[in-house]
Parts: sequence; structure tokens; C-alpha cells
Amino acid sequence: MKKEFEVISQIIQNNKRVLDIGCGDGTLMEYLKVNQQNDVRGLEPEKNLVQKCISKGLSVIEGDAEKELIQFPEKSFDYVVLSQTLQAFLRPEEVLNQLLRIGKQTIVSIPNFGYWKVRLHLLFKGTMPITKNLPNEWYNTPNLHMCTIQDFVNFCNKKSIKINKSMCLTNEKISEITKGNMQYKNIFSQLGIFLIQ
Amino acid sequence: MNSETENIKKLIINQSLELDCGKIIKNFPLAYETYGALNKSKSNAILAFHALTGDQFVTNINPITKREGWWTTAVGPGKAIDTNKYFVICANVLGGCMGSYGPKEINPETNKLFATTFPVITIRDMVKAQKYLLDHLGIKKLLAVTGGSMGGMQVLQFVSLYPEMAHSAIPIACSASHSAQNIALNELGRQAIMADPNWEKENSTPDKGLAVARMAAHITYLSKQGLQEKFGRKLQDKGSLKFSFDADFQIESYLRYQGSTFVDRFDANSYLYITRAMDYFDLNKQFNGNLSLAFKNTKSKFCVISFSSDWLYPTIENKEIVIALNACGANVGFVEINSDKGHDSFLLDVPEFLKTISEFLNSTYNEINNEKRI
Repeated sequence: MKKEFEVISQIIQNNKRVLDIGCGDGTLMEYLKVNQQNDVRGLEPEKNLVQKCISKGLSVIEGDAEKELIQFPEKSFDYVVLSQTLQAFLRPEEVLNQLLRIGKQTIVSIPNFGYWKVRLHLLFKGTMPITKNLPNEWYNTPNLHMCTIQDFVNFCNKKSIKINKSMCLTNEKISEITKGNMQYKNIFSQLGIFLIQ
Repeated sequence: MNSETENIKKLIINQSLELDCGKIIKNFPLAYETYGALNKSKSNAILAFHALTGDQFVTNINPITKREGWWTTAVGPGKAIDTNKYFVICANVLGGCMGSYGPKEINPETNKLFATTFPVITIRDMVKAQKYLLDHLGIKKLLAVTGGSMGGMQVLQFVSLYPEMAHSAIPIACSASHSAQNIALNELGRQAIMADPNWEKENSTPDKGLAVARMAAHITYLSKQGLQEKFGRKLQDKGSLKFSFDADFQIESYLRYQGSTFVDRFDANSYLYITRAMDYFDLNKQFNGNLSLAFKNTKSKFCVISFSSDWLYPTIENKEIVIALNACGANVGFVEINSDKGHDSFLLDVPEFLKTISEFLNSTYNEINNEKRI
């Protein structure tokens, strides 16, 4: 399992209800179900991935988060997880509002556009950055709304969204983001992971 | 009892059942069939519900019609619903014509066929009758309930009536409430039957009317694209148009064939009663417009399946079920299978569909058995 999922699963307490948005092939869901006895559900737009999940015994609904989240009742999950997908939505703010409505807490991870390699790529090459985490060209990337760790924190502050935990991944190493190291992490981390409510 | 179906498996239900129409019935027959073996713990039973024109003969050769069972693609040894592993039960619905209590049976009070004196039945009546069969077989909790189309409606009604009786539920290509379009199409079929001068005449059957009803219905089971690809404008005989009303086009000939073979195996009055039951089905209304209340006590794990080209019970209607289940926090998965075969996809060899059912059942079965070991 990738490092990011390790971080997410450590944040999630055992025996809780979890909704994984864009759950892919269900790797995280399966881990949570088997190892932490979580009651997990998933939402995934890709048919073949939904079928994979169902065959693993995971309850996953085929659908698009921008349309489907309305159907879930308020605070019906202890955690809602959105892994590296926020930037791909047409209306990320609305999706985020839905997540906060459905989940008692929400875990959001974002690929950090403030990462130094991204900055240097644009600065020196003058073309849209392509990195390990952002492998696509500007014309075929699913990412519509890239942001930096700092951007996301600013957004939460502006919208009075409470950040309960902020973590980051720097070369596969997990660390916490604090007020003091924010500038630093915003340059050197590839991924930000936030627990918000 | 009519002679054809005399030798098939039947349970005479002694308890009385109050039908939704108010009439109380008792000592009525329910014809059924089982496949595979029930295990010691009675934990491998699957109740399959048949659709409008199906019957209890799910797989193998139907001993009465001599044709393949309606779900032979999915049910059998080594198949998606593997009868080497599971015990599959299927009953002919109330109102049916394969040995269960229906208009083709003889009314013991008059010694005549029930025909249209048979009481109007509902999906709920059908499901309640089948619960007696489970009691008779000593099955307290099913591994799964499943069915497509009207079978799916019975699945929904079953989990709503008996929220703790199924570990899992697979409603396929169905709806929680028959739409105006569904009712309209059924009414078309009924009117075709009733317009036949042989309808309600003694010693005759409205074959023409029933055949037309079947032809019309058959079109609704296929998709436009599927029809176009299979038949297009192909002519029946290689030559040119005959400038007559014979079956010039292959599609005409195909539909005529479908109609004519159907009348050999199905009773016109059963067709009236069962389509009526489908039209009356409205699970929303049973719960005052709040479908999620139908599922609020359910413990079942759901796998809702629809087909991309099904316009009779389109994905959006299947999704309403999913939304209602989500709204009450039920355990639900949903997938729309890509297929150009229309509503009939659930009866046909659609590998992705069969794979989904097979693996869902398998994972449910394993979960139950693991739980028991702990």
C-alpha cells in the first residue's frame, strides 16, 4: 500500500464508518475493512474499478462525486476520504462542502503545486510542470484546480474550516505541518494530507 | 389443477394468506424447483425470483416447455450462481401458469378454470407466498435474494418485508415503482389480449392477442442499437420487397416467431394478472413516498445492477433504489454494466454482468463463513 494510504489509515480510528470518494480499486477500503474493522463504502466513476471493488466484497457505488454526494445524509460517516482528487473536480469548493456535510471529519490529500521541482520546472523550462506526482501534459491532465499546501490552508482559514491535523509526505517520509515549518513544507513536500471538519 | 403441470414439485400452502385486494386464500399450490444441495448449516440458499414470463425452471431443460430454463446463462454447475456451491430455489409466482395458484388453475368451488375470476394479486402477495416456501424448507436466512425485472421488484419487496432474512440482495434491472411508461406498455399488451375475440371464450385461447402482446413487449426488452445491429433492414428472403404485408423484413419475422412460440407456453390470463401486479408495484407508496423507509431495518448487503442500454428499467430508476439505500445508511454497491442488449441483458451472456454476480456472491459467502469460524 502506498505511503499516503498508510498516513490516512493511521488517522482513521478503528470501527468507524468511512466513505472513500474515488476509491479506485479499493486498496485503502480493503485495508481499513480488514485491519481496522471499519465499515467502509466507496464511490468511484470508473466501471471496471467498481467491478473490481465489488468482486472484493467492497460496497462501492458507480458514480461521479460532483453529482452523487447530495444523496448521502448529513454526518452519516465518521470519515470521508478524498485522495488526490479535489483538484480534478469542476467545482472543488462545492465538493468540499458536501464532504464536510456528509462526514463528521474529512480527510483530503492534495498534490502540492508548491513543491520545488514544480516551481523550478515552470521557472526554468517555462512549460507546465511534469513530475512523478503530476505526470500529464497540460492538454490531457485531469487536474483543473491545482493548489499548494499553503493555498489549501489559506482556503480552510478563509472558509472557517477547522484543520484538526495536517501532515505531509516528503520523499515518502511522513511529517507534520506546523505554523513554523509551513514555508519549508510548502517547498519540499510532494503531498499534503489534512484532517478537517 | 391442470394436467400438464400435475407432476411438477408443488407445495400446498395450508396457512391462509390475505391478499392486498382483501381476499383471503388458503390451501393454494405454489410450484417450485430447487438446484444444488442445501448445506448442513442451511447457509448457502439463494432465492431467485423470476420475471414476467419466467417460471420456477431456472436452468436445465424445462420439463413442460422442453426449452432451456430462463436463467441458464447464470445458474448451473460452475456458472455465476454455481449450483455446485449454492442451493438455488425458485417458485412460480402467484398468478403464474406453471403450477402455482393462478388463473390457469381450476377453482375448486366451481370446478371451472379461474380465468378472470382469479383475484388480482400484487408483488407483495407473490413474495409473501414464497416466504411460506422458505419456512417449509426450513431456511431462516438466505445467502441471497436475486432477480431481474419483476424478479428485482420481488427482491426489493422481500428485503422490505423480511429485513433480516437475507445476507445479501441483488436487484437487477428493476425499479421501486412502475413508471407511467411501464404501465402504458403493459396496458398495450393487455388490450391486445382483450381485443382478441377468443378471449374469455370457453375452450379457446386468445393466441393472436397474446402473440401481439409478446411482440410488443419483446421490442421493449431490446435496445434500438441492438435491433439495428442484429436486423437492420435485412430482408427475410434474399430477393426484393414483396409489396405485400407478409414478413418482408427479418425483424418482422423474428417478432412473429417470438409471438407464436410464446402462446404455446404462456397463459393469456396469467399475462393479464402478472402485468397488473407489476403496474401496482410502488414501494415508494407503501412507505408514504419515502423509499428509504422501506429499507430502514435492512441488514442485507446490496448489489444493485443496471444495464446501459436498458430503456424499460433505465439506470436512473435503479439508481433511485441506491439513493434510498444510501439515505438510510444501508450497505450498498452499484454498477451499471455496459451492454447493447437492452433490458434482456440480465438473461443473456453478458460476461461483465455474470462476473459481477459471481464475485459478489462469492465474497458474501466467504464473509459469512469467516464470521462463523470466529
